[in-house]
Amino acid sequence: MYRPNLTLVAGACVAAAIGTVAIAASHTVPPSVKGRQGAMQVISLHTGLLGEMARGNSDYDAGVAQTAADNLVAVSNLNLSTLFPEGTDNGALTDTIALPAIWSDPAGFQTAWEGFGTAAANLQAVAGDGLDPMRAAMGDLGKSCGACHDTYRAKN
Amino acid sequence: MRRALIGVLILGGLGLAAGLWLTRAQALTEGDLAGLTGDATQGEMVFYAGGCASCHAAKDAEGEARLILSGGIGFVSDFGTFRAPNISMDPDQGIGAWTFAQFASAVQRGVSPEGTHYYPVFPYSAYALAQPQDIADLWAFWQTLPASDTENLPHEVGFPFSIRRGVGLWKLLYMPDGFTMPADTEPLIRGRYLVEALGHCAECHTPRDALGGLDRSRWMAGAPNPSGLGRIPGITPATLDWSETEITQFLADGFTPEFDVAAGQMALAILNLAHLPESDRAAITAYLKALPAVEEQNAEPG
Repeated sequence: MYRPNLTLVAGACVAAAIGTVAIAASHTVPPSVKGRQGAMQVISLHTGLLGEMARGNSDYDAGVAQTAADNLVAVSNLNLSTLFPEGTDNGALTDTIALPAIWSDPAGFQTAWEGFGTAAANLQAVAGDGLDPMRAAMGDLGKSCGACHDTYRAKN
Repeated sequence: MRRALIGVLILGGLGLAAGLWLTRAQALTEGDLAGLTGDATQGEMVFYAGGCASCHAAKDAEGEARLILSGGIGFVSDFGTFRAPNISMDPDQGIGAWTFAQFASAVQRGVSPEGTHYYPVFPYSAYALAQPQDIADLWAFWQTLPASDTENLPHEVGFPFSIRRGVGLWKLLYMPDGFTMPADTEPLIRGRYLVEALGHCAECHTPRDALGGLDRSRWMAGAPNPSGLGRIPGITPATLDWSETEITQFLADGFTPEFDVAAGQMALAILNLAHLPESDRAAITAYLKALPAVEEQNAEPG
């Protein structure tokens, strides 16, 4: 049976996602902003692969689920200091919705990011074990996204 | 001259009396509610459809703790900061000593057991449209909820909004006579009931006028966030272009079609909506899809 190389597929999707962001962004957008938006797109892509399985819109595939979770953990290991330099909040720039709270409350921001890391690691531990364990871990992952967005991201 | 003065005084007195009469708190009586017997299992669904825990659970409470309705969350508005009260079954700090008529009067008329008006931050103007049987079921479910002796915090509301009598005037102006959207077939009828009555979606998603009443001509067209942070999105087809499946699934798991997540108060609403049967979430979607498309206004004051 033909099985696509999942790492390659995921990699291509990541590249496509980052490419889309890069094209959409104007050349005046600082590379740090492009970089973090790309990271968010990578998270969105893999949350989507898992979420569509959790919703029953696509068939559960243990291999894809595991790869998606692995990639979420990989992103969660990024050190955010290069992606969120001073002066790149939504008051200074128009192409970002990053709130000044990121810089006024760096400890809280770091804790929120680590919350995503914990949720991603918990998901990674069960993503390949079946649909139900994976779906259960998705709830906490979503909560970790929301916990950070509520405080550190402007509403559109 | 003296006679004229007496006449003015009498007229003024009559006007005052009429004003006091019109703005009085009108509770429901035992007679209004005769013959109703509550079912706690049904009431649990009313509880989740009504979103009671979204405002009355403690801040950041999770899981089972969301059934402890100890209150305390602050709601910032143009009129001051309102504090969600303790509505747990505690007989002293909560509402454990209330009768069903007192509970129904609070939920559907905005009237306290002491006969005063509640502020309309409590969405009784939506719950007023609920079926009395649902309120009876809800009260039956309430008896199964835990007690908490957490003390109530006062509202931080300045003059003139600190005069509760003024809420009587507000009610004259804004308590709805009926539903806003026409609906004559299922699942629209069920969806309308969930959205306009129990779910009280318009409280956030519809803009308000200067006195805090809903602008029903811009129904569900989005509104400034009273907390000052960003906007609450419009959910008419003019703004919300997701497929029916995408909306229904969002209401269950909180993920947008791009797999971003619901934020703030909506994340709490999803925690409730996830408990409802799939057919109810689909009915809400059917209602939203049938709404007149009203464009979001970005330059609204607020």
